[in-house]
Amino acid sequence: MCLAVPMKVIELREDRTGVCELENIRYDVDLSLIESVQLDDFVIVHAGFAIEKLDIEEANERLQLFEDLAETYREDV
Amino acid sequence: MKYIDGFRNHRTARVITEEIHELAEQAGDARLMEVCGSHTMSIARYGIRKILPRSVRLISGPGCPVCVTDAAYIDAAVELAGKGIHVATFGDMLKVPGSSGTLAGARSEGAHIHVCYSPLDALRIAAENPSEQVVFLAIGFETTIPPVISILKRAAAQNIQNVSILTAFKLVPPALEALADDRDVAVNGFLLPPHVSAIIGAGAYRGFVRDYRLPGVIAGFEPLDILLGVRDLLQQLAEGKAELVNQYERVVREQGNRIALALMDHYLKTADASWRGIGTIPGSGLVLREEFLNYDATVKFGVSVQGGKPDMRCRCGDVLRGIIFPDECPLFNTECTPVSPVGPCMVSSEGSCAAYFKYSR
Ligand code: SF4
Repeated sequence: MCLAVPMKVIELREDRTGVCELENIRYDVDLSLIESVQLDDFVIVHAGFAIEKLDIEEANERLQLFEDLAETYREDV
Repeated sequence: MKYIDGFRNHRTARVITEEIHELAEQAGDARLMEVCGSHTMSIARYGIRKILPRSVRLISGPGCPVCVTDAAYIDAAVELAGKGIHVATFGDMLKVPGSSGTLAGARSEGAHIHVCYSPLDALRIAAENPSEQVVFLAIGFETTIPPVISILKRAAAQNIQNVSILTAFKLVPPALEALADDRDVAVNGFLLPPHVSAIIGAGAYRGFVRDYRLPGVIAGFEPLDILLGVRDLLQQLAEGKAELVNQYERVVREQGNRIALALMDHYLKTADASWRGIGTIPGSGLVLREEFLNYDATVKFGVSVQGGKPDMRCRCGDVLRGIIFPDECPLFNTECTPVSPVGPCMVSSEGSCAAYFKYSR
């Protein structure tokens, strides 16, 4: 029930709602719980509400670290 | 999607698993508890228990809000539905057994039960049916509370008066303290819930980790996130440390979500709460403040959420505290299955018994 997934903001409306996209599916999302959201931001969506922004820099850094770790595995075998 | 798939890389998982095995030798026996339904599902779905060393036991704690909802609460919801009131709820609640009936049963007898994807759906139903009363079943942890409370703010703005909520909100930090105090649970460290933490912030756990000297790691729910969380916990145990680590910095900030926290504080105050199978935990719930009792379904319709009688054979309480595994319950996969659940842990896909049923047999 607490499942919350990252989605990309593709449309912003005046009333602090917007449209977000995940795997080509679009969802109406209430954006009133987060500050200063912009187009192309990634947000974590739960029960129709964005509850926090995804820090892209941090996420990319982490993914890089995982790739580097994967490399060490390939070298081992 | 990169921000999902990237956290499921097999080779990286192998490297971290090797590290876990090395650390486990130094850490000794470890009972690590997660208190997040998404963790419970991921751990079962990706078979994470099977790749961990024997000395490391992952316990699925009370992380599924549906599973810890009292039988009396279901009874109240069924009673409301019986009065002809529209009951709007997340779908997981339909099959949860109360003292005698379920909401699914009430629906098959013609009650107005609406399954919602978002609490906003309840507001829409109320606006569309101005002569009817609509009650939203307001269960959930800190992740879900702000979205639910948001509808009250909107209802006031749009002057919608025929909507109210039946609250059974639960708070994670007081539950952690109760679990840490419980000798039967004997937990050595916590894998902390990602999206609850997004709301309350990493800072909310610092006092707990220090006072109880138990390591805690905030981890996402993708497989690599969980493995890293386990690794960090074992590393701390091996080194004799007890610290709070935020492995989910891509979402969780130190102070949490200020807008959400302010909204909760405006409408709600803490209260004792009863957790199914576990009992009453002081200060572990949130209820509406006096000035908002016009939105409280118990006040508005005179129903009570006290004194239900769950099926006493269900051992959810022991499952949620890691005292038994689901398949050690005599009813597991005999009388109790996801199609016909006896206890709440078998209902939601995030419930320990349901996750175990689906992936571990
Ligand atoms: S198997 Fe069913 S009856 Fe047994 S503990 Fe789980 S939910 Fe309860």
